[in-house]
This record gives sequence, structure tokens and C-alpha cells, in this order.
Amino acid sequence: MTVTTTRLRGVEAAPEADTVPLGRRRRWREDAVEAVLFAAGFVSILTTGAIVVVLGKDALHFFRNPDVSLVDFLTGTVWQPQLGKFGLLPLLNATLMVSGIAMVVALPIGLSIAVYLSEYATPAVRNRLKPTLEILAGVPTVIYGYFALTFVTPILRWALGARTVDIYNVLSAGLVVGILVIPLVASMSEDALQAVPRALREAAYGLGATRLETSLQVVVPSALSGIAAAFMLAMSRAIGETMVVAIAAGAGPRLTANPLRSAETMTGYISRISGGDLSYNSVDYDSIFAIGLALFVITLGLNILSGRIVRRFREVYE
Amino acid sequence: MTALAPGSIGLATSDAARQVARRHRVGRAGLAVFQLSTIVGIVVLGALLYNIANEAAGLVAYEHKTDPAAVLPGGRDLAALSAPELAAVLTANLSPGEVATLEREAPLAERSQAELRRLVDERVLETHAAAAWNLTDSVLDRPAIEATVAERHPDADLRLTSWLSPAFVTAPQSGDAEYAGIRTAILGSLWVIVITMAVAVPVGVAAGIYLEEYADHTRWLNRAIQTNISNLAGVPSIIYGMLGLAVFVRALEPLSSGGAFGAADPTTANGRTILSAGLTMALLILPLIIINAQEAIRAVPSSLREASFGLGATRWQTIRHHVLPGALPGILTGTILAMSRAIGETAPLIVVGMSTYITFDPSSPFDKFTTLPGQIYQWTARPQPEFHHIAAAASVVLLVLLVALNASAIYGRNRAQVRY
Repeated sequence: MTVTTTRLRGVEAAPEADTVPLGRRRRWREDAVEAVLFAAGFVSILTTGAIVVVLGKDALHFFRNPDVSLVDFLTGTVWQPQLGKFGLLPLLNATLMVSGIAMVVALPIGLSIAVYLSEYATPAVRNRLKPTLEILAGVPTVIYGYFALTFVTPILRWALGARTVDIYNVLSAGLVVGILVIPLVASMSEDALQAVPRALREAAYGLGATRLETSLQVVVPSALSGIAAAFMLAMSRAIGETMVVAIAAGAGPRLTANPLRSAETMTGYISRISGGDLSYNSVDYDSIFAIGLALFVITLGLNILSGRIVRRFREVYE
Repeated sequence: MTALAPGSIGLATSDAARQVARRHRVGRAGLAVFQLSTIVGIVVLGALLYNIANEAAGLVAYEHKTDPAAVLPGGRDLAALSAPELAAVLTANLSPGEVATLEREAPLAERSQAELRRLVDERVLETHAAAAWNLTDSVLDRPAIEATVAERHPDADLRLTSWLSPAFVTAPQSGDAEYAGIRTAILGSLWVIVITMAVAVPVGVAAGIYLEEYADHTRWLNRAIQTNISNLAGVPSIIYGMLGLAVFVRALEPLSSGGAFGAADPTTANGRTILSAGLTMALLILPLIIINAQEAIRAVPSSLREASFGLGATRWQTIRHHVLPGALPGILTGTILAMSRAIGETAPLIVVGMSTYITFDPSSPFDKFTTLPGQIYQWTARPQPEFHHIAAAASVVLLVLLVALNASAIYGRNRAQVRY
């Protein structure tokens, strides 16, 4: 209907075209281009929608299962689908241990590198170091996993004794995930430090502060929101990291506080279960979506918090 | 004003001097800590590379099921034989059927010496690695290794072997680590990446243009899109794998396994195809491409746009002829970086359903697949140490590929940067 009218109008409008100023003319081609471009932008909304629907739907299916209850899922201490026990805690605990260890490694080292790059390094040194960090950030995670299993684990077993350290263990995976997120922490923190205006540093020097005092007592506090955001993002990255834990942390959910034992993380479980031949109607299939939903909620929460911190607590300089 | 005793002033200054000295010492200690951390970062990168190189070559003790002296003419060493002699060994020791199959693949007379040697090793001598050592041990500890081999594998011959070789790159997947190669994996990676980029680049750049050039950011929908993209960039990659599993593999199975087009036998792949993998990966890198395209477009100065509008160009004409050409180098660099991210990504493809063992080359988007990082993962996950060696060799290939890509991106960024 509309198409016909437009065409008719177009035909009749031919003489009128001279009277309508160029700038006010309706240009269908322009509108069509805008519509196509908008559709491309809308794909991202669709993706998010699809993630929520997919995870939500299959997770709901999981919780409808008579063997499963939400309370047991959140508080149960045993994850053994064969026995009908679905407690998330062993998986969540392993995930938190791995990312906790990772943060202990990545935060001090990453922040130190950032302070060094931003406050101390000469431009020549910076120009060499930043590409090195970029290379470290570009190495595929599966190679980090290989590194954990064939390099870090043997060293740990040699140092602490092969009896006390399992071949697959949480510590090795955690250390390597920490190494993996160092570039992220370093480059985001460095950006934050660089954004602190020079005048603040000059003022500190003018008061007689040393370079270290200026860095730690003036620059770092001023950039704290950016640094906190970097930490949040690094944490979310560590929680979502899959390959290193799938290779080095071991298979089999286990609730343990000992990082030298093997324990499967949420991501490790998802990749192990879905890597095999998976029947769509099994409780295993549904269970990975419930875990995926938990993972999604945790990481999204951290990411949103990170964005909030940046916006809310940013020190605004003129 | 009370006069101070001269002594007390001296005390105060020396106190202050001491304090300043202490503060400088602390300052130097702080610097040492920062430098140490930086060095730790570099050392770790070095250790990572060293570990891979170390595992990718070394001494290997080979044992033969068939005694070489009995089969090879004149009891000579395998490496000393010429191509025709090797071909003769093959025809003499294999069944006529096997020879005919080999001839059909490629005539024996036309094959290279290295290729024939590998065949004799694999089919006639049935050589396999009884034990393998890494490069450092092989160099530093050779006598001890020789003693071990003499004791435990008296018939084995010990050779310094690089697990990475031309044959390794061109051979298909195999159940024996000695004869396995990454051809299938490389082709799989290529197929997946082509589909990924074909989908993600046009959509990503279009979305970037929309958000920078058209979107009215006071409208909530546009703001929602923008916020949503930065949140999507932080979603763990394995979640995208689950999205791909539920949508492309399961719900769109007739499409993704080619059944709807009558292209492939839909029962074999179950939707776990190259197409599903490529689309999943496209969604994964879409936020990266959009964010990067936006930055590149934003870097084009608005004076260019104003000038174009001033000459009477429409919005799209301005974008096509002025904004996009200016933003192109930046967009290209970001595209290459996103591509290297997609090439190295493993977790989502495991969830989508990478095949654990395929020996045939993928030939259509509806085929089963494996990828280079996927292959590294599967070999690493095996308990046998030989597979760890070939996983290292495959890692070398992957790293070289990625470094080449990233270097070209950085080079391109520095060369083609338009300065306004």
C-alpha cells in the first residue's frame, strides 16, 4: 500500500521537485542506508537478548528437573550429576580460588609495571616494553594452558614435592591465569595514570616529594577509579578464562581449600561436558546452561560495576 | 624571637638530611620493585617461548617393528637411500593393494625423498617413538640419555628430531604422534576465520558507522546499543560458545549442517560444522570490531564532514567518500587484531563442537572441523608425552602466524596512518 502511494507521489512530484528546496527533499536511498546500518547496530542487542534467552531457557529447564532445586544448586557442596547432586559450590569455589590466586599475581605486578611505564620509564624504554606487553596479551590462552601444564606444574612439583602437588592443580592454573591478565591490568592502569594531569605531579615535586612519593601518594590515588576498574575487569576475565583451567586445573568437581589439589572450575566443567558427545535431552546439557547463566551473571555484574566505578568516581580535572 | 643554640640548628638539619636520605632510599627501593615487576613480565614471556621451543625439538629414541637391516638394501641407513631405492623398498614390502592406493594418491616415482622416507618409516619399518626428551636435556644431558636408551630400549636408534617439520605442517591428523600433522587443523582454522570475517567485518563496520555518524545519543535505544556493546566485549568467550551451541548447532541445525541446502549428509555433522563455528566466532569478535571502527571513525576530523556537507553532499555520500577512506587504516588494523584474537580462540569452539579426530580436509562450510588451537588443546590433554611435543610444534606454528599478523597490523598502523 505505502509503496504504491510513494511511487505515485514520486511520479506526480516531478514538477514539484523544483519547488521543494534540495535540503528538504526526502531521499529514500539515504533512509535505506541508515536503516541497514541501524540493523547492523541492532545485532548487538539481539546477541545479548539471545544470550539471556538461551541461558535462561535451558537453565529454567534444568531447575524444572525434579532432582534439582535452586536452593541445593546454590548451597549444595557436592556436584555429581550421576547421583543427582547438583551443588554449585565445588565449581564456584575452584573458580574463585583460581581467580583469587590470579589476582594476587596480577594486581601487584600489573600495577607496578603500570607505575613504572607511566612514571619512570623513558620514552625509548616505553616504546620497547609496550609491544612486549602486547605480545604477551596476544598469545592464545591455549598456549598459556600448555605453559601451565608443562612448565609451571613441573616446577611446583619439584619445589613442593610431587606427593603434595597433584599433576593437575589449582595453583598452577591460578598463577598462569594471573600472568595472562597482567597485560590487561598493566595497560588499563597505565591509561588511568596517564590521565592524571601533569600539574598534580609538578605540585608534589614542588613540595619536595620524591618520585616514589609522588607516584604512590598523588598519582595512584588520583587514578584509583581507573585502577579499580582495571582490577574488576581483570577479575571478570580470570573468572571467565577457560583453556588454562581446562588444561591445568583438572577434571572432576571437588570442594577443597587446598590449591595444590585438582579441582574443576565452572568454565572447565562446561568445556569438558560440552566437548563430549552431548545429548540435548540430558540433564548434563541443561546443567551447563545453568552454570553458564551463573557465570554470565557474575562476570556481567563485575563488568557493569567496573564501568560504574569509572564513571562515578572519576576525578574530573579541568 | 628566641635565639636558638647553634648546636640545635645543626641537629635539626642533620635530622632533616637523614630523613631526606631515607626517603630517597625508599624511593630507590620502590623503583627497584617496579623494575623487578617489569622484568618478571619479560622473563615470563621468555619462559613461555623457551618452553615451547624446548618441547618442540629434542632427542627421540625410535624403535622399529621391522628390523631395518632386513628390509633396506645393503643394510644402509634410511637417510642415505635415494628416492627410487625407497620406492622399491615400498613396493617390495607392502601389499599390492596398499601400493596401488599410494600410487593413486600420487605416483611413487614422483614423490620426494623425504616423503618416501616417511612412508617407509610409517608403513614398512613401523617406526615409533619409544621415548623423547626436550631440547635442553638433549643438549646438556646427552650421555645420561644415551645410557638410559641403551639400557631400556636396546634396539632403538637415538636421533635429534625437530617435531616441527614441513611434513608436520602438511600431514593430516593421525593417531600416532610421529606421523600426525596439522594440515586438517590449519585448513579448519582458515575456513572458520573466512566465515567469521565475512560476517563480522561488514556488520561491525556498519554498526560502527551507525553509532558514530547517525545515532542520536539522546535516544535511549542508541545509548542502550552503545552500553550493550561494551558489556558484550566483557562476556567470557565460553558463553558465546554456549550461544552458538544452542542457536546455530541445535536450533538452526538444518541450516548449519547444510541439510536445508541439500549440501551435506546432515546425519554426520549434527550442526557442529564450520558454519556454526564461524558464526559463533563472528558474534564473539563483533564488539571488538565495532568499538575499533568507532574509534577510527571518530579520529576523522569533523571539518572534513562539514566541507563535504557544504558542497551539498548527502550524509551517506560524505561517509562513503570522505569519512570511510580516512578511517580505513584504523579499521583495517582493528580488523587484523580481531582476526588474530579469533584465530587463537579455543573455548567457544570446544563448546560448539570441534571434532576430536578427523583426517579428511574440510571442503565446505557444512563439514566437521578442527582448528589449530583446538588441535593443540587436544594433544595437550593427552597423557602421552609425544603428544605434548607435537602440541608444542603446533604452538610454534600458531605463534608465528599470530606474530606475523600482529606485526603487519602494527606496521600498517604506522605506515597508513592519515594525519590531519
